[in-house]
Amino acid sequence: MAKINVDGIEYEVNSANNLLQECLSQGLDLPYFCWHPCMGSVGACRQCAVKQYRNAEDETGTIVMACMTPANDGSIISIKDQQATDFRSHVIESLMISHPHDCPVCEEGGECHLQDMTQMSGHNYRRYDFKKVTHRNQYLGPFINHEMNRCISCYRCVRFYNDYAGGDDLAALGSHHHVYFGRHEEGVLESEFSGNLVEVCPTGVFTDKTFSAHYTRKWDLQTAPSVCAGCGVGCNTAPGERYGSLRRVVNRYHHDLNGYFLCDRGRFGYDANNSDQRVDTALFRHAQQEGAVKALSPLEAKRQFAAMTGGNVIGIGSPRASLENNIALRERVGVENFYSGCSDAQFECLQEVIKSLREPGIAHCDVRELEQSDCVLLVNEDITNTSARIALAVRQASRNEASQLAKAARIPLWQDAAVRELAQHNRSPIIILSPQGTRLDDVASEIHLLSIDAQVQLLEAVTHAIDANYSVSRASTDSSVATQIAEQLCKAESPSIVSGISADSPALVKACTNLAKALRAHRRDIAAHTRLVSLSFAMPEANSLGLALLMESGGGRLETALQRLCDEGADAVIVLENDLNLRTTSSKIDAAFVRNTPLIVLDQLHNTFNARAQLLLPSASVFEQQSTWVNYEGRAQTSYQVFQPAENILAAYERLSLTVPVQTCAVSSPLILQEFARAHAAFNALVQLLPVRVGISAIMKSPRQPHRYSGRTAMHAQEQVHKLQQAQDRQSALAFSMEGVMLQKDSSLMASAWAPAWNSNQAISKFQVEINGELKQGEKGVQLIAPERSETGYEPVDYAPPRQLASYKIAHLFGGDEITAFAPAIQARSVGPYACIGEDTAKTLGVRQHGLISIEGHTLSVQMPVLIRKNIAANSIGFYTANELDQHALQGEISITVVPEDDSIVASSRAMFDQLHISDALKEGA
Amino acid sequence: MTDMPLTKNIDMSREPLDLAHYRHAGGYVGVLRMFKEMAPADVLETVKNSGLKGRGGAGFPTGLKWSFVPNGDDAPKTKYLVVNADEMEPGTFKDRLLLEGDPHLLIEGMVIAAYTIQATTAYIFLRGEYLRAEALLRQAIAQAHEQGLLGKNIQGSGFDLEIILHTSAGRYICGEETALLNALEGKRANPRAKPPFPQVSGLWGKPTIVNNVETICNLPGILQYGIEWYQGLGKGADAGTKLFGVSGRVKNPGCWELPLGTPIRELLDERAGGMSDGYQLRAFLPGGGSTDFLLPEHLDLTLDYDVIGKAGSRLATGTMIVLDDHTCPVGMVGNLMRFFSHESCGWCTPCRDGLPWVDSIFRRLEAGGGLHCDLDVLTDHLEYLGPGRTFCALAPGAMAPLGSALKHFRDDFEAHINTGACPWPK
Repeated sequence: MAKINVDGIEYEVNSANNLLQECLSQGLDLPYFCWHPCMGSVGACRQCAVKQYRNAEDETGTIVMACMTPANDGSIISIKDQQATDFRSHVIESLMISHPHDCPVCEEGGECHLQDMTQMSGHNYRRYDFKKVTHRNQYLGPFINHEMNRCISCYRCVRFYNDYAGGDDLAALGSHHHVYFGRHEEGVLESEFSGNLVEVCPTGVFTDKTFSAHYTRKWDLQTAPSVCAGCGVGCNTAPGERYGSLRRVVNRYHHDLNGYFLCDRGRFGYDANNSDQRVDTALFRHAQQEGAVKALSPLEAKRQFAAMTGGNVIGIGSPRASLENNIALRERVGVENFYSGCSDAQFECLQEVIKSLREPGIAHCDVRELEQSDCVLLVNEDITNTSARIALAVRQASRNEASQLAKAARIPLWQDAAVRELAQHNRSPIIILSPQGTRLDDVASEIHLLSIDAQVQLLEAVTHAIDANYSVSRASTDSSVATQIAEQLCKAESPSIVSGISADSPALVKACTNLAKALRAHRRDIAAHTRLVSLSFAMPEANSLGLALLMESGGGRLETALQRLCDEGADAVIVLENDLNLRTTSSKIDAAFVRNTPLIVLDQLHNTFNARAQLLLPSASVFEQQSTWVNYEGRAQTSYQVFQPAENILAAYERLSLTVPVQTCAVSSPLILQEFARAHAAFNALVQLLPVRVGISAIMKSPRQPHRYSGRTAMHAQEQVHKLQQAQDRQSALAFSMEGVMLQKDSSLMASAWAPAWNSNQAISKFQVEINGELKQGEKGVQLIAPERSETGYEPVDYAPPRQLASYKIAHLFGGDEITAFAPAIQARSVGPYACIGEDTAKTLGVRQHGLISIEGHTLSVQMPVLIRKNIAANSIGFYTANELDQHALQGEISITVVPEDDSIVASSRAMFDQLHISDALKEGA
Repeated sequence: MTDMPLTKNIDMSREPLDLAHYRHAGGYVGVLRMFKEMAPADVLETVKNSGLKGRGGAGFPTGLKWSFVPNGDDAPKTKYLVVNADEMEPGTFKDRLLLEGDPHLLIEGMVIAAYTIQATTAYIFLRGEYLRAEALLRQAIAQAHEQGLLGKNIQGSGFDLEIILHTSAGRYICGEETALLNALEGKRANPRAKPPFPQVSGLWGKPTIVNNVETICNLPGILQYGIEWYQGLGKGADAGTKLFGVSGRVKNPGCWELPLGTPIRELLDERAGGMSDGYQLRAFLPGGGSTDFLLPEHLDLTLDYDVIGKAGSRLATGTMIVLDDHTCPVGMVGNLMRFFSHESCGWCTPCRDGLPWVDSIFRRLEAGGGLHCDLDVLTDHLEYLGPGRTFCALAPGAMAPLGSALKHFRDDFEAHINTGACPWPK
């Protein structure tokens, strides 16, 4: 440990860091703009100037930028020094020269880093009396507002967007005091991580456009720690609510998972909660009366539900419903009547994934660990579109080679520009196996465009190359590629295999696991390798793994349920938060209801499946209930209720646990978890998620509302002059109130960070052990999957019979899931169904770019536009169903014909494909 | 032997020497001997011992700079030599004389420098407006190629060198060596943080030496005639000759090669012919637009790096701008401020937002709207934009004429404010 002296006080610091980072780690206040914990230093803003002294005798000292000066042992600096203080106030004065005085109408106001830093630097009197520089703003798409006049040219936006996130359509343009940060022309920001600009920008240049539509000051937002339900990563979020509607989502720091960044689905998908497609009233459809629909009052709904679920009831769970809701359904209908709710193929994959996660000597890799991997093999999963935050981590992993080079050249890693300059295109190996080009291609060392079967074949060959004892099921003709991949994996210090289950291919999961096992054995012989080989599978939904773990203690497959309904029927079937049309082929669903079994659906949004429900009950969303979610590593995390929904809407577990209609709500998430954990040893760890509070905090709750929350007693006065009783939270230590003890250090209960003088999200520094480090207190979730004691051998891999044209699923971040697809901003970025083929296939079929094809199957007849891409596996066709088409029928036997089209059809298809914002490099093949 | 190693071949009334004539005049003798007799380390030693200092403005010892380039088996194989020919400093036109007057001298110097650091690719980063220099350099490079003085295995030495001529899109900041490297890579011309220095991680992250045109042109002479001869050229502490220019109201403005250590008076009176009739010398910037004003009392100082430094200014590029007694000093400095403000790259706050403020104040002063508090703001900026406060040397360079002008011409500034107009006839 190095020691530095700051204003006469000695601190123990990490000398690998710079002075700014170390000062902030020590909790000192030192203003800054261009430095970012994840992006290092570039020395542009000059705001963090301090006085540095050569030695104890030096009384003059030199002004240095803390961010550009290493925290060497023995450094003596002063933050308070008058010259340094004057300089910092001068910098702020400069930055404010052209900054508009629009704080009262600026959406950043109240959580603006520039406001905080201006206060901290003591600039309060304006001397500049010339004209300000003004700019024109750009339209940047449905997510982001642009107000360039507020810009202070810290360069953080382009450094995040381009350098960190790999975007290429945002740039610093122009020079001197006319530097402009925008696109070369107006248009949608293409990066899947553009929303982070809102938080990366220290002021109000980039703000959340969806938030603007129903804007509320940060201090007026009721907030609770939440977990994103957009995919299986489990990023931590801080959603904000006012007047019963959800207003926005911002990042909530989690050291192992999302860190400082979210993807745009996670950030902008929240608005589905406010959708006009929300199921907000219980609806009853009389079977006899030709589909006449009656809205039920909350009590009527409870009575109807109780009346319909008295007998032999089948329950179908959901990978997008919380653990509590799935547990409650299974308890309600009994284990023998409970079914998974995901497709059987996916269910099989999930079982294989759990097996692989239990393998000893193979690491569950969290997002941060993945960032540190020095060789990543990405198998089939288009993670940018399925688990986007992981893709951002893979991009960082590609920079580990740069870190190694920098270490050798003695360039500190926080010298961001210098490290990038030194490394140029030297990257850690990122090997991509995929049926089509992906967003990560620009950092890939190798891209192998292969059908899923061919990928399995290659994985087997790689496994064989590492372990000659592994016998492949199908020999490949050329082993040189496999040998090369094997070499790189074996050479790496911490290799990672990243795949997923979106292909519904258990063979792929097994092949990845076999490879990891071969690597495990190989690495055992090499003492130098101290880290485990890591294997991760992206999960399609927020609780896919939780559901699969639950099913281990009982429950059947979806197809079995449908068959049972078809054969025997039941008194009722309860479907929990699930659009079964997406889970299996529509003909099987139709067959399941030939006996007119009454269908009860609990869901948040209307869809084509729940339109056939006899009883449709409004379900609380992730924001409206306390719930537990198991992410792709097997980590269970609690998401707290942000606000109480309207009376009609209940958490599914509340409905399912109440057998007597008039019984008051006694059931709670902790209660369900506690009882369940007690009954099931595999879930013992869940108990750790239950709130434990001592001292005053055990008596007093913590507020969800900030201490400046306004209008508390008046905000409903236009409806009701009586002050309403505050909603009660019996489940957690949080209150729907601004009163209580602010347990600011307990990060598990801290939704938005705030510290005196730090009103922006940058306040999180005050709650970290060190900058970018662990939070000082708080729950990171608990791991539910422990490794078994003994290793298992290789699993045999089955192949599907070869097909002339191999089909694969295309995933899109926007519009690809069941919930966020309903958010208007996400809808603006979504496209309809289409097919993707290569040039050879196009020639064979005789279809031109953006032309139409017709697909005929047993139960399917659709037309869709075609996107011809250069970088796609040979003899492959990809389908994007947009949650509209029967995915399962498309994967079966189909015939394809070309539909005669005219230019207007091609033009309208082209307009749709332009919406995709696939960069030209991807479309045309780099 | 010659006492004008830089300009001996230059006669601006004719085309520069072609390769045959250049060789006839003694060109490439030093290089050929170098290939035969000297290892790169020997050349480095020679250049170190010669006392050659960089002629681009900073005056850093050239041999020392080169010695920071990693050598040996561990060192990166790819290294680069970059010649900074982006001459854009106000009042500076010395490199142009060399580029247009004797392009082969530069090429020969580049072969020597590249051989020393074992770079096989060298770039000339040429100011975009120097169209004649561009044409002449292209011609000269082609001739050198034809004669086997560039390309693979130069003169059987086993050493390869390609020279790539890059014409700048035109920003003053590209003269800053690291911004130049960024521009050469096709990036924004923002300077880079140092360390790492370009010698360690320069062009495309590889060890790189960036030298000024004139510095490189000193090398052939040093190799041909030796260290003692070179050191004997200087009259004072510094070795060699240097190009000195004079612009402003003098009888004979121009650029000449003189020994370092020549008295300023000799440059001004004998070479530039003294002040034009009817004009008196009021002050001068000794080394281009980013140096401090010196006064007539400094005329007997010698043109040495240290001597000028002790007088409170810098020798820098050695190109003097003369301020006469009929010209408004506020207008002159304002003109410089406009230039520097416009040429700021926009990277760091003090330079990007400070210089335009300074520029605005000068415009107001000249227009007659100046306020007394404006002078306080200007004074504040001297420290705010001083060395170490900004990311690179552009803004501190701009503050040099401003600071010295506020000191020497305070009355002129106040006259603008008090009379509400520029007192000088336009």
